[in-house]
Amino acid sequence: MTSTSKKTRRWPLHAATIAAGLMPIVKIVADGFLGRLGANPIEQIQDRLGFWTLTLLVLSLAATPAHDLLGLTWPARTRRTLGLLAFGYASLHLVWYVAVDQGGDVGLLVQDVAKRKFMTIGFLAWLVLVPLAVTSTSRWVRRLGYVRWKRLHRLVYGAALLGVVHFVWRVKADARVPFMFAGAIGGLLALRLFPRLPRRAAPSAPTSRPAATRAPRVGQLVKRR
Amino acid sequence: MARWRPDLPDRDATPERVWLRRREFLALGAAGAGAALLGGRLLSGRAAAGEPAGAALPVARKVELAGGEKESSWDQITTYNNFYELGTEKGDPAAKAGTLHPRPWTVRIDGEVKRSQTLDVDALIRSFSLEERVYRMRCVEAWSMVIPWVGLPLGELVRRVEPTSRARYVAFQTLLDPEQLPGERRRVLEWPYVEGLRIDEATHPLALLAVGLYGRVLPGQNGAPLRLVVPWKYGFKGAKSIVRITFQEAQPTTTWNLSAPGEYGFYANVNPEVDHPRWSQARERRIGEFLRRKTLPFNGYGDQVASLYAGMDLRKDF
Repeated sequence: MTSTSKKTRRWPLHAATIAAGLMPIVKIVADGFLGRLGANPIEQIQDRLGFWTLTLLVLSLAATPAHDLLGLTWPARTRRTLGLLAFGYASLHLVWYVAVDQGGDVGLLVQDVAKRKFMTIGFLAWLVLVPLAVTSTSRWVRRLGYVRWKRLHRLVYGAALLGVVHFVWRVKADARVPFMFAGAIGGLLALRLFPRLPRRAAPSAPTSRPAATRAPRVGQLVKRR
Repeated sequence: MARWRPDLPDRDATPERVWLRRREFLALGAAGAGAALLGGRLLSGRAAAGEPAGAALPVARKVELAGGEKESSWDQITTYNNFYELGTEKGDPAAKAGTLHPRPWTVRIDGEVKRSQTLDVDALIRSFSLEERVYRMRCVEAWSMVIPWVGLPLGELVRRVEPTSRARYVAFQTLLDPEQLPGERRRVLEWPYVEGLRIDEATHPLALLAVGLYGRVLPGQNGAPLRLVVPWKYGFKGAKSIVRITFQEAQPTTTWNLSAPGEYGFYANVNPEVDHPRWSQARERRIGEFLRRKTLPFNGYGDQVASLYAGMDLRKDF
């Protein structure tokens, strides 16, 4: 199979992922025009951007378990796009806070981040995502080497957990939604850490590529370390 | 990871990613800019569509105590509420207020008073000449509104029931009935909601028992049929749907203080100098405005109420 035909085949999946990933933005804009953002639209948009950051991060983290446990390969092909979308939402969430909620006062952001653990941890979560977004290209995979690249990108769990703590500390009393995210991330992390179930396809089963050139699986890397 | 290929030539890999990312970022950027513009447009007043609804109340006197500032709209006041007994999202109380039946309703007044009694809320309302009071309302979450309440002066009610010399505090209790207030089925806070004031705060002329809004009977989501309004304190002091008022010697337990003692004090006076541990109280967003404005000590009622706290360290007694 040539890479051109593969690219052609993957195009609809990427397009669908991007389209679906941008729907929350479309909805924010539509709700804005229809006056459905409530009495405090600035807060509403802030909250929605944060919610979708975490949702997209959780979806991107589900790709590997979906492959290892369910034998699905297509989620892994959406993972990079989902991760970049999550970074996009996280960045908008941050920019919205500084530029709109705080009226563009960067000094206040610095104060907030230095003074309030809820802000510190949220900012840290975004900061962790930056190197992951930068090194998301195939060129960077090669430059770092797959093993190191993979290790670096495991930081996404850290970013997701920091994001959840940020969310838990944000609410006053009802932390049901943040705890749902915590449960989802914890569950996905557990699936990665605990001894995995026997794979459906044994290593000897025919694959599209010779076994020797296949990328090592994360589980194998963990054991080797 | 299955798609990583060590033999992929640069000319194949890079253009695809560049293309993909550029599209994403352009789209996100454009959408963000659009949303920002829109936010500004929206705030310029489209939220003020609904007209005041409900039965009209006889208002004997109108007192404007918000420095002549524009009143928040009926829609803003009745759709953006913190009333956890009807749900923890801002829109929940308006959506679920139908389960609350504010008539018939009785209020028990007891404790350290000579005239303990159980009052029908309509009889109570009829026994007062109602006043409209336009107050600023500052929420502990750093947003604010200007609200034309209709109510009766709490101090006058206190005097009528003749507190004893041991009555140093007044405690307020919200209805405990998960049928009417389904939010009480989840223990996000300790139910029933309880609040309290020192008796000199309760008898201060600004303290109000609100029974209406914009000249109409108070809607469920705003705490019908009877709620406390203490304009120099954060909004959570204003217990809603009150069923019991108790006079006592000991300082009452208060719900938010019980939930997070480091964040919500008994006094809860609006104070730009004392931050909530998780956010600044120095500024607030007036609902409907774009930029935050400075928060005033005692929510701008310092001239009237600061003397109540003379000699107190309001950083300690926050």
